[in-house]
Amino acid sequence: MKSTLMVVLSGLLFGAGLAVAGMTEPTRVLGFLDLFGTWDPILAFVMGGGVAVTMPGFALLMRQPRPWHALRFDWPTRRDIDPRLVGGSALFGLGWGLAGFCPGPAIAGLVTGSMAVVAFVLAMLAGMMAHDRWLRA
Amino acid sequence: MDILIDYPAWGRGLAGGVMIGVSALLLMASQGKIAGISGVVGGLLPAGQADQRGWRLRFLLGLLGGALLVQWMTGQPVTTAIPAPLGLMVLAGLVVGVGTRMGSGCTSGHGVCGLGRRSPRSLVAVMVFMGVAVATVFVMRHVVGA
Repeated sequence: MKSTLMVVLSGLLFGAGLAVAGMTEPTRVLGFLDLFGTWDPILAFVMGGGVAVTMPGFALLMRQPRPWHALRFDWPTRRDIDPRLVGGSALFGLGWGLAGFCPGPAIAGLVTGSMAVVAFVLAMLAGMMAHDRWLRA
Repeated sequence: MDILIDYPAWGRGLAGGVMIGVSALLLMASQGKIAGISGVVGGLLPAGQADQRGWRLRFLLGLLGGALLVQWMTGQPVTTAIPAPLGLMVLAGLVVGVGTRMGSGCTSGHGVCGLGRRSPRSLVAVMVFMGVAVATVFVMRHVVGA
């Protein structure tokens, strides 16, 4: 019960944070990515605010034996920089630059009921499934 | 280069960023999981582990609830201007889906969480997707002139 509440609260904070930050507005995000027009520094504040919390917070959590409601911390363990990391990130950057949506803001944007957002999210899910089916290493 | 000066938006960006950071901390402290949206969503799809669906679904329902709450409180839709025609949005969605799965993360997993863990893999991922996104916007806006 308490565990469920924590997960929902965490999701709630994430979705509200994206909306408060203006990240659900693709034009705002594209304004940040457009270094050669009128540059909108907004995303630097969002990322800066997020990392300012996670950097000290994760360092503290890494010293804890286990999470409150699970058996262990699932910290990512890979450290290699392989072609899939670079190639996949490049593809993601291409799509992000075209639409101004990354996965979180796109899903949060579904609450508007915009057809373009629904289309983006469905295509994203199709892309993920296609990857898992045919391109998984 | 001109810089758009918008102090209230910078403040909202910072506040929203802190909220996202606290969300990621809460998920790790409570469940031991990384709040990376592409990973959370990807794990719900057919190839994902069945026993991991519960928290992923609850987290995403919370995310939708949070966005809905802000939309309701401000009386403004959280998404207004869609920048590209429908066909381009679909193409972009496909590429984002394949790319985030292949590169094991997006702006939240590699950005907010990975940089927070000081992971070299995530730093490389962030530099690559930021760089390519900037190049894409440059081509679309200043070369193609969309």
